[in-house]
Amino acid sequence: MPTDAVQYKYKEGDLLRSAPNKFDVGDLRSEEMIINLGPQHPSTHGVLRLEVLLDGEIVKEVVPHIGYLHRCFEKHAENMPYNQVIPFVDRLDYVASMNNEHAYAMGVERMLGIEHQIPKRVEYVRVLVAELNRIASHFIAIGTYGMDIGAFTPFFWLMRDREHILRLLEWASGARLLYNYIWIGGLFYDLPVGFEERCRDFLGYIKPKLQELETVLIENKIFIDRTAKVGVLPLDLAINCGVTGPMLRGSGLRFDLRKVDGYSVYKELDFDVPIGEGKMGAVGDCWDRTYVRMLEIHESIKIISQCLDRLTGDLKRTKDFDPQALIPKKIRPKAQDFYVRAEIPKGELGFFFRSDGKSDVAFRCKCRSCSFVNLSVLPEIAKGILIADLIAIIGSIDVVMGEVDR
Amino acid sequence: MSTFDQILSLVKSSCTHGDCIVDENATPKAISIERGDLISVMNILLNDPIAYFDMLSCVTGVDNGPEAKTIDIVYNLYSIPFDHHLMIKVTLPRDKPEVQSVCSIWRTANWHEREIFDLFGVHFLNHPDLRRILLPADWEGHPLRKDYKHQDYYRNVKVEY
Amino acid sequence: MGLLDQRFESGGVIVTRLDDLLNWARLSSMFPMTFGLACCAIEFMSTGTTVYDMDRFGMAPRSSPRQADVMIVAGTVTFKMADRIKRLYEQMAEPRYVISMGSCSNCGGPYWQHGYHVVKGVDRIIPVDVYVPGCPPRPEALIGGFLKLQEKIRNETLMAPLAIEKLLKKEENHVNV
Repeated sequence: MPTDAVQYKYKEGDLLRSAPNKFDVGDLRSEEMIINLGPQHPSTHGVLRLEVLLDGEIVKEVVPHIGYLHRCFEKHAENMPYNQVIPFVDRLDYVASMNNEHAYAMGVERMLGIEHQIPKRVEYVRVLVAELNRIASHFIAIGTYGMDIGAFTPFFWLMRDREHILRLLEWASGARLLYNYIWIGGLFYDLPVGFEERCRDFLGYIKPKLQELETVLIENKIFIDRTAKVGVLPLDLAINCGVTGPMLRGSGLRFDLRKVDGYSVYKELDFDVPIGEGKMGAVGDCWDRTYVRMLEIHESIKIISQCLDRLTGDLKRTKDFDPQALIPKKIRPKAQDFYVRAEIPKGELGFFFRSDGKSDVAFRCKCRSCSFVNLSVLPEIAKGILIADLIAIIGSIDVVMGEVDR
Repeated sequence: MSTFDQILSLVKSSCTHGDCIVDENATPKAISIERGDLISVMNILLNDPIAYFDMLSCVTGVDNGPEAKTIDIVYNLYSIPFDHHLMIKVTLPRDKPEVQSVCSIWRTANWHEREIFDLFGVHFLNHPDLRRILLPADWEGHPLRKDYKHQDYYRNVKVEY
Repeated sequence: MGLLDQRFESGGVIVTRLDDLLNWARLSSMFPMTFGLACCAIEFMSTGTTVYDMDRFGMAPRSSPRQADVMIVAGTVTFKMADRIKRLYEQMAEPRYVISMGSCSNCGGPYWQHGYHVVKGVDRIIPVDVYVPGCPPRPEALIGGFLKLQEKIRNETLMAPLAIEKLLKKEENHVNV
């Protein structure tokens, strides 16, 4: 028997009362219509609702409605001690959790003033797992984008390759998707013995697969026809709208927080920042953004092999190394306002902290999420296009609703 | 390259309603201004060639609680060509929180201000489209206020665990 | 088909109960509706890919509720989404089942304490058949959930309502006499 704990009662008009439309049917001209691409849809982008004003097949205006996954992250961050918020930070951009944890832990460590005492080995392990997760996130981005366009094969190939990364991270941290691994002041556990060799094997395995991906998807004529010259985002609009990450780099600006801020050990690592150059059409179109993501996978592979060299070289594991050694017993930062930012695969993740100096619970913790800001650009670049192009543009923005709604 | 003092003097020169107070403790350094000065200061910070803060990273609302009776709005600015960070703070009274919107200066502020309206109840004047963004339109109250009590039932479903 | 045709000594005739045949047909091709809300949706997608392969159980995801048999609520249910979940559930044709995947849809999950906008369990909105614990549940755990649902369907019967009616009629006659 199904359970009978159901309490929900529906009244007429409840659906529109909770999320009203912006456009009214009465204001439309005779050839226009409102289509609702509702919160449940076949694409894999999560619970995003789009209200589209159409004239035939041409989109006149798009209004995104969000908030279907608002999980009250900021309320939890105001009621729990700093270290207990790490699992909630994981669930913001749930596809690339290590990067979120890295940003948050870095912020709290800087507030406490202990960021220069973190052992080098801990920093290198953090960068290693963050870059592995960056590759996994870009795999999902490119795979699901191909699926939206209609190419099912690259999705299955990339998910199979992503399983290798998830197995490595599960070996290190215990969980496949939401790790709770990077703690404030260190790590939960050190890397297991033999991890570095397996990771190197993985890098050797993935390089020919990336070549395959490029041939099958990125240089595919149908993919280029669907995505080149579509959704062009001019650079000045991008900066004014606060867009960051591969969307901004696709529009031609070489701006990557790992190079600009040089946080953690990225200053000691050698990698490039790819930008979109309009190879297949216009600078800043959907193809450029996907191409930038693909090139970033190559750069991440470079970073990972440099980290592995250091971790098996002068920062080799020793018997008495304890990654939890520097974790403070009481996390009580001084009274201050603090803004920290880091580069996650989708853009700039920023945390604004206000601590009152008296407790180990943040007075205010706001998450500035890149997907929230990147999505707000959609109404600007989706005017006068066809519906099929609208789907192509949403895929190239690479939204994760956990981050948009927090 | 301009220093913080040059930017501070630039901000001071366009403050007509009151004083600007510097908070050295904050990271990045913060300048508190009066709410009447907001639009003129933000315009100068975007357009002046020594400041040129072209990216508005984050707009945050902070509720200081029913005893302090104020709500702060904090703007985090970043200048891409000069690699400069700045924080601008505006303090509003809690019983009638209203401030000018900076949507006409940076388009990012559109959704950020809608979120602050949704979660704190701050009203932004001259905002093109101020309505709730994260919570349902018929939700009662503004959740991130310190004295918020959630409603007991929504659609007859218990809100509490 | 080497194994199957060697079992029929009597020339290809199988004797079974109608219940078993219909239940076997139904449970071997349950079509889940793609209803991924949050992180559990990523694990649901992983279950559908080649490594864990949910297609070998007959589960092919259908996007429309009208064409789906089972609704896998994967992810956190919020109050804004609650109206839509109810509507999608009502649009599914019977016989329909619901699998609640993950802690958030089982009981509110990690957001139970201060989550004002989180529904503490999707069973407050729609009736649930199988609960799969985990945050997020491993693909193997989700497949375990499918198998449990298949067990449940295997034990269903078309005859039961008639049997209960007969029983109640007997009770009535007994009482009246």
